[in-house]
Amino acid sequence: MRTQGEFYQRDRTRQPPGLTRDYKTSVSRSPQYALISLQNSASEITGPVFGHDDIDPIDNDLLLNYAQPGQSPIGERIILHGRVLDENGRPVRGTLVEAWQANAGGRYRHKKDTYLAPIDPNFGGCGRTLTDDEGYYYFRTVKPGAYPWRNWVNNWRPAHIHMSLFGTGFAQRLITQCYFEGDPLIAKCPIVNTIPDDEAIEQLIARLDLNATIPLDTIAYKFDIVLRGRRSTLFENRLEGN
Amino acid sequence: MPQELSYLKETASQTAGPYVHIGLAPGAAGFDIYKRELGWDIAGPNAKGERIRIEGLVTDGMGSPIKDVLLEAWQANADGIYAHPEHPGEVEKGFRGWGRVITDFETGEWGFDTVKPGPVMGRHGAMMAPHINLWIVARGINIGLNTRLYFSDEAEANAADPVLNLIEWERRRGTLIAHRDQQGDVPLYRFDIKLQGEDETVFFDI
Repeated sequence: MRTQGEFYQRDRTRQPPGLTRDYKTSVSRSPQYALISLQNSASEITGPVFGHDDIDPIDNDLLLNYAQPGQSPIGERIILHGRVLDENGRPVRGTLVEAWQANAGGRYRHKKDTYLAPIDPNFGGCGRTLTDDEGYYYFRTVKPGAYPWRNWVNNWRPAHIHMSLFGTGFAQRLITQCYFEGDPLIAKCPIVNTIPDDEAIEQLIARLDLNATIPLDTIAYKFDIVLRGRRSTLFENRLEGN
Repeated sequence: MPQELSYLKETASQTAGPYVHIGLAPGAAGFDIYKRELGWDIAGPNAKGERIRIEGLVTDGMGSPIKDVLLEAWQANADGIYAHPEHPGEVEKGFRGWGRVITDFETGEWGFDTVKPGPVMGRHGAMMAPHINLWIVARGINIGLNTRLYFSDEAEANAADPVLNLIEWERRRGTLIAHRDQQGDVPLYRFDIKLQGEDETVFFDI
């Protein structure tokens, strides 16, 4: 019988290194010593499990989850949807997906954000959901706006939605950002460009998905997310050992 | 051409940014949206074992506190069992073993309450000393940093721990030991994390 073993080693050639000088904040926040490579034990293979009792059905609808009754946030109405898969192409089922973003004007509802674009009284800017048996998730929201940030004097973040993923083991824990097809700011962004691999950057760009739009109502973008895959232990001793 | 391997590739990480609280701890960002935020109660009401508190500070290469950091903790219960279907054994009702930890925005100090985990069976039957797995994200951290917290009052178990013993430089092992200090009824452990510089904390590629 095949049993599930360790996670595939993370491909660090496609992941951003800690130190990326053009993203200035990383300079003093990146370890200088090499990471110690650790083969997986139970501490890495396992991870928190979430269920439908943890969240509310409305949590994935950012058009409604902070709006006053009968009102709606300002901005382009979008559906962001896709699948969470592992590197073997299998769906990651029942995993928690959390998202947060700026409003259509590029302003976050956060006490530390002082950008002059206004807060939208009907928009909180966060959502969460669990993937279904096919690994599928969706959010309804408004398309976030670009906004300036202090790095070089004139840096603008491309429109993006932050995404947080768990998978089944703590070694799969991932935070990333979803960008939108056609945005000219993507190529100029020092945070995007922390990623050393062009294909890995393209993998972060959601594609316009006309088939998933709701005609006369909401436009759709598709964004699939891949978490680390696991080996099948064919012949080796079991992970727990004896 | 030989056959193609059809594996997918892991999605690239991006920094959690300064506003991570909106998504993962909206109360800290300054608004109330969910019926219940996740990760504030690590052990639950029924957990056996010793109730403890852990506090610390994350500092950057200049020694300044990182005030916008977010940590996640993942731990076994007092019997060394993780609340996960692949780990044999039972945990107490309400024990999840996972927590989210945010800082005081003014000082950068963080802390959480839990129970002390038990030793966990490691690879090839080697027992791992009691430890809490930590994952650290913030603005300026491009990919989450993994480390482990061990306990100063477990010297014997720590000396035999297969992960601590992987660290070739003995002096660096000390960066993973939280120091116990009894204050009042609940034992308090101090665990400061240095991202860079002298006595930089050990981080793992797991």
